[in-house]
Amino acid sequence: MTASPDNAVIYKTADLIASDIDAYLDVHQHKSLLRFITCGSVDDGKSTLIGRLLYDSKMIFEDQLATLESDSKRMGTQGQDIDFALLVDGLAAEREQGITIDVAYRFFATEKRKFIVADCPGHEQYTRNMVTGASTADLAVILIDARKGVLVQTRRHSYLAKLLGIRNIVLAVNKMDLIDYDQAKYDAIVADYTEFAASIGISDFTPMPISGFKGDNITDTSANTPWYTGLPLMAHLETVALDNDADQSKPLRMAVQWVNRPNLDFRGFSGQIATGTVHPGDAIRVLPSGKTTTIKKIVTLDGELQEAVAGQSVTLCFDDEIDCSRGDVIAAADNPPEVADQFESTIVWMADDALVPGRSYWLKLGTQMVSATVQAPKYTVNVNSMEHMAAKTLELNAIGVAEISTDKPIVFAPYADNHALGGFILIDKISNATVAAGMLHFSLRRAQNVHWQATDIGRNAHAMLKNQKPKILWFTGLSGSGKSTIANEVEKALHLMNRHTFLLDGDNVRHGLNKDLGFTETDRIENIRRVGEVAKLMADAGLIVLTAFISPFRAERDMVRAMLPEGEFVEIFVDTPLEIAEARDVKGLYKKARAGQLKNFTGIDSPYEPPEHPDIRVNTVEMSPAEAAEYIVRQLMPLK
Amino acid sequence: MTKTLTHLERLEAEAIHIMREVVAEAEKPVMLYSVGKDSAVMLHLARKAFYPSPPPFPLLHVDTTWKFKEMYALREKAARDAGMELIVHQNPEAIARGINPFDHGSLHTDMWKTGGLKQALDKHGFDVAFGGARRDEEKSRAKERIFSFRTATHGWDPKNQRPELWNLYNARKAKSESIRVFPISNWTELDIWQYIHLENIEIVPLYFSAPRPTVTRDGMLLMIDDERFPLQDGEVPVKRSIRFRTLGCYPLTGAVESTASTLPEVIQEMLLTTTSERQGRAIDHDQAASMEKKKQEGYF
Repeated sequence: MTASPDNAVIYKTADLIASDIDAYLDVHQHKSLLRFITCGSVDDGKSTLIGRLLYDSKMIFEDQLATLESDSKRMGTQGQDIDFALLVDGLAAEREQGITIDVAYRFFATEKRKFIVADCPGHEQYTRNMVTGASTADLAVILIDARKGVLVQTRRHSYLAKLLGIRNIVLAVNKMDLIDYDQAKYDAIVADYTEFAASIGISDFTPMPISGFKGDNITDTSANTPWYTGLPLMAHLETVALDNDADQSKPLRMAVQWVNRPNLDFRGFSGQIATGTVHPGDAIRVLPSGKTTTIKKIVTLDGELQEAVAGQSVTLCFDDEIDCSRGDVIAAADNPPEVADQFESTIVWMADDALVPGRSYWLKLGTQMVSATVQAPKYTVNVNSMEHMAAKTLELNAIGVAEISTDKPIVFAPYADNHALGGFILIDKISNATVAAGMLHFSLRRAQNVHWQATDIGRNAHAMLKNQKPKILWFTGLSGSGKSTIANEVEKALHLMNRHTFLLDGDNVRHGLNKDLGFTETDRIENIRRVGEVAKLMADAGLIVLTAFISPFRAERDMVRAMLPEGEFVEIFVDTPLEIAEARDVKGLYKKARAGQLKNFTGIDSPYEPPEHPDIRVNTVEMSPAEAAEYIVRQLMPLK
Repeated sequence: MTKTLTHLERLEAEAIHIMREVVAEAEKPVMLYSVGKDSAVMLHLARKAFYPSPPPFPLLHVDTTWKFKEMYALREKAARDAGMELIVHQNPEAIARGINPFDHGSLHTDMWKTGGLKQALDKHGFDVAFGGARRDEEKSRAKERIFSFRTATHGWDPKNQRPELWNLYNARKAKSESIRVFPISNWTELDIWQYIHLENIEIVPLYFSAPRPTVTRDGMLLMIDDERFPLQDGEVPVKRSIRFRTLGCYPLTGAVESTASTLPEVIQEMLLTTTSERQGRAIDHDQAASMEKKKQEGYF
């Protein structure tokens, strides 16, 4: 191996450490930070390149080197040479397979900067990992094997880097040693890439011929490529412009994380400034309320600041006691961000379970957490060919453009303008897994033009007149479990008690309001959403609403629960085992389903997710419908 | 005019952001406090994150009874200075069975540290625990998330980690599940030292060289911190000028011979040294993937 740490920068550092540690510490203290990703597939030499950067910046210790040498001999792919890739591939299972499957973070530093490298796997099945690494990167190093040129994965990596808004792209044409440092071949690759890059909107990138294995153009300009006039990789990384600096010239945006209230005399709003700068006396606006005030002081443990800039975590105090809490955004008074509840977005699906259009997910954007539903995608993007393809859902690693709506307005900015107010994650409400990441592009006009009209007679007034507390009694259970029969009995009992009620029955609603819907998962969700909205309007009108729907999915029942004030949604599980419901088969539907004449029938070829903690549970094997109804009414008392 | 933030300013801001997210979203957070230099930095960052309030969570020290005496002294003082409650947990089963590092090998770590930690988290019902681990320490750490999800039995599944994008952390979980949060994930050993230097953070004096009683055993330089240290045949304690790069249980923590008695000297020595930080710890040496395995079992 021809190690070439004949690098002036590194020797200078080492000398300084030895001779004048205080001077070194002073230098180190003023370093800036660059985060970047390396993208490439197994054979492109990505791990080797990172290993080389660590090695050349003296980040590998003797004990690690000793382990590395023994590992290289045992399982390396470079013969007797040191296999830098082994240094980088972390988890045990991955080392055995010889591939990097998760995002790993590496650290090294030079005179000028500290670097955090997100090492991302390259295969298509790891698109989500690359997107994760790219989300925090200022720069992407896209590796190409000089022998192979621009490949499908090069396109994929470039598209993803562009999608996540990485402005600085380095095209590292690697393994130049294996094509004898041939300038013509290099130029052809660069020309090829330039054409492709333009087609996906990348107008500017930095190409360089390198060899991670031999060390060409890594820390020093290589004598093997005299025709190359650009900077070596390390020097480029040390001087490229930082996103954090650019963010400071944008208008002020700070999402409030936490209200700091140690005593009655102090109220501060803590957060990390996303863009812009802030000073005492600045006029600010709190979104979504739109209220304005001025900054009184910027508080830190190190004393009050006269200025704070994008990237800093601070606590701001206002001149007035205006309302402000977690999820709100503090913004420049004369240049506030938009507030909306419907958007067009690009979504990267990251979970094994596909997107269910219409289902309610948690959406986290900045410090805002709201319920959101995603429409069926307009199209998905083939990450290899960039073609748009029709799709009904998003599977693992799929990237699609879809409309998204939130249950209340959120403060946002287009992702292209502001990553902190445009990037979001979706969280499954049952498993709590992070299932997707997305980028908001713009709000949809109808969200901007449809406003909530305040009315003077509110839901309390309606309920008081009826002398009752509104409720939704949500009966759920298999077809044939007895939901409608029991709900009918309960309504009769409540009616006798002079309660104002209304029964929404599954079959009846499908004759009118929902007659356009079928029985696919998406249609079932929309069915329940509409019923939920109607039931909520009736509850707003002061009624006790009874609904009898199979409502097989937990997520949708929880969605309706979330629409209502605490305690108004009463989930009643009509618990009947499938065998019994099927044996009853009042409407003959199970027979049809078993015969294959009825598709997506709950319990047969479509799942039923029983409530985990129903408010009321009735067992129809042990109770008659009348007994079940009486039991339910007893549980509901008192009704005022 | 642009004010470029230094890497330490950005790391500090990131750690503060992470801590505030936890406090806003967790039900009952706690900060694991090991009294080491990483814990010292983490505690300092917590004071910054919530100033002028004290950090709104307690400190938890999972004690093995085998830490250095000077660590116990600083532990009490640091909690008091920060205005925080200090919870000390010692595994009662390990006490009863007299588990110690001399006779019980890896069982010592399993019971006192891994077992003790799980007990303490369960006993107090903490749903989020801050830890001072860094990604540069060890390979399996390099891939761990900042918000690292744990099952009801405290297990870690490295193959099934939640994607973590931008600075959006998902703190949602079912009851009985928990999350370990590592606010200084992106700091390196040098960053830690530099920050301690810059912010004048108090650390255990054992990090600085002084003449201390030692013996050499299995290639490690061990300090005799109290009378519980059983000398083997022929072993005679020798005063050597030593210091520690990491601190744990004293019989398991290797010292280095050094004359570095000030912070700049320590940093200088660290930068010129040729071995990695965890080399002084017996726990990592068993096998290459030992830390990954320990973490899956619930070790921090």
